[in-house]
Amino acid sequence: MQPVTTNDTAIRLNDAVVALGGFPALAGASVSVGRGELVALRGANGTGKSTLLRLCAGLVPLTRGSAQVFDVNLADDRASVRRHVGLLGHRNGLYDELTSRENVEFTARLVGAHTRDVEDALARLRIDSRVASTRTRALSAGQRRRTALASLVVRRAQLWLLDEPHAGLDAAARDELDVILLEATSSGATVLYTTHETDRPGRAVPRTLLLAGGVVASDSPRQS
Amino acid sequence: MKQALVVARKDLLVEFRARLLLVRVIPFALLVLVLFAVALDSEPLILRAASGLVWLTMLFSTLLLVQRTYDVETQDAALEVLLTSAVEPVNVFFGKLFAAFVQLLVLSVLLVFGAIVLYGATVSGSNVVLLVTIVVSAAWGLASVGTLYGAVVANMNGRDSLLALLALPVLAPLLIGASRATEAAFGSQTIDTASGWAWVALLAVFAVVFSAAGAAAFGALMEPEA
Repeated sequence: MQPVTTNDTAIRLNDAVVALGGFPALAGASVSVGRGELVALRGANGTGKSTLLRLCAGLVPLTRGSAQVFDVNLADDRASVRRHVGLLGHRNGLYDELTSRENVEFTARLVGAHTRDVEDALARLRIDSRVASTRTRALSAGQRRRTALASLVVRRAQLWLLDEPHAGLDAAARDELDVILLEATSSGATVLYTTHETDRPGRAVPRTLLLAGGVVASDSPRQS
Repeated sequence: MKQALVVARKDLLVEFRARLLLVRVIPFALLVLVLFAVALDSEPLILRAASGLVWLTMLFSTLLLVQRTYDVETQDAALEVLLTSAVEPVNVFFGKLFAAFVQLLVLSVLLVFGAIVLYGATVSGSNVVLLVTIVVSAAWGLASVGTLYGAVVANMNGRDSLLALLALPVLAPLLIGASRATEAAFGSQTIDTASGWAWVALLAVFAVVFSAAGAAAFGALMEPEA
């Protein structure tokens, strides 16, 4: 499948191969994602979804083919793309000894966000004052996930890469996350996320890429 | 620079909450001092060895502290998130270095007092400045090497033992320099104050070289593995 490119392309992969320990986790993926697009990656376990996200984050090297993120050629330079990326992997990237609020504040201070942004992010993710003042090691999986998402919200990255962000969240938080992702794209950010979620009634289905065997097997447009 | 201070503040807060310095490192270091005193059991011998024992204990304590500072970064993939947070790697390096320096400074002050109390070492008024300079420059040197080599082994299996194997030989000049200079500060007959300052100059050069090397190499060392 050849990628369609536009003048406003955020991600452009062409026959991208990523070999991890000799195994082609991504085996010739081709896709183009425009700036401000919301894209869901689907596929069975081991089909290359997480690797595709990590390639776009500049965290794994490109073995063959070409890959560009915001006009940065990942074959030549993986580091400079990272400053545009907000990544949420399978693990949350939190510090156990810090409270939920302190973890979000840490990200906010690094990127120069305001205290108000921290409060807004905590409120958006329904992290109340009790949870916010609790060390993250004592939080449930869902509360930790919400804290990581709040950190991502204050990060205000141009490219959001989320690996199963809905995992561990209750129904209300999943709906709120969908709204947050849509708002992020409305403000110009590009969002790619992997999911195993079944479609929920009344929810718009974003553009969906189905991965199989390390390649993009199908590309379904957004459905309202 | 602001990002480095944010990282340092976070590291210090994590360590304050985890109480590693208070609960594990300080008791370990003081216990080693006591055991040396018991093992040597000879006042003249202890007095001669006091400065070396202080800095040898600092070396081992540095390894404990540095291992911990990277453990908190890798246990929930925080380092990966940090690297994709618009933070320059050099700022992460100096943030971690500064946090380690503060902790090592506290520890070295305690150990010097420990040597004075346990070993009967004395510091005359004129040597106080020398001793303070030794402690500051040696703690910075230890923090530089620890932060740099901690990064080297951060993503490796068996990093605990590897850190000791890699860092201890590199720290040998610091051990010698700090021990000799502290001997001078303790008023030893075998080395005068002027020579003590010469050893301090070595410590300062050592600290600057490893700070610069760490700043230059940290980005490449933290590059995620495939």
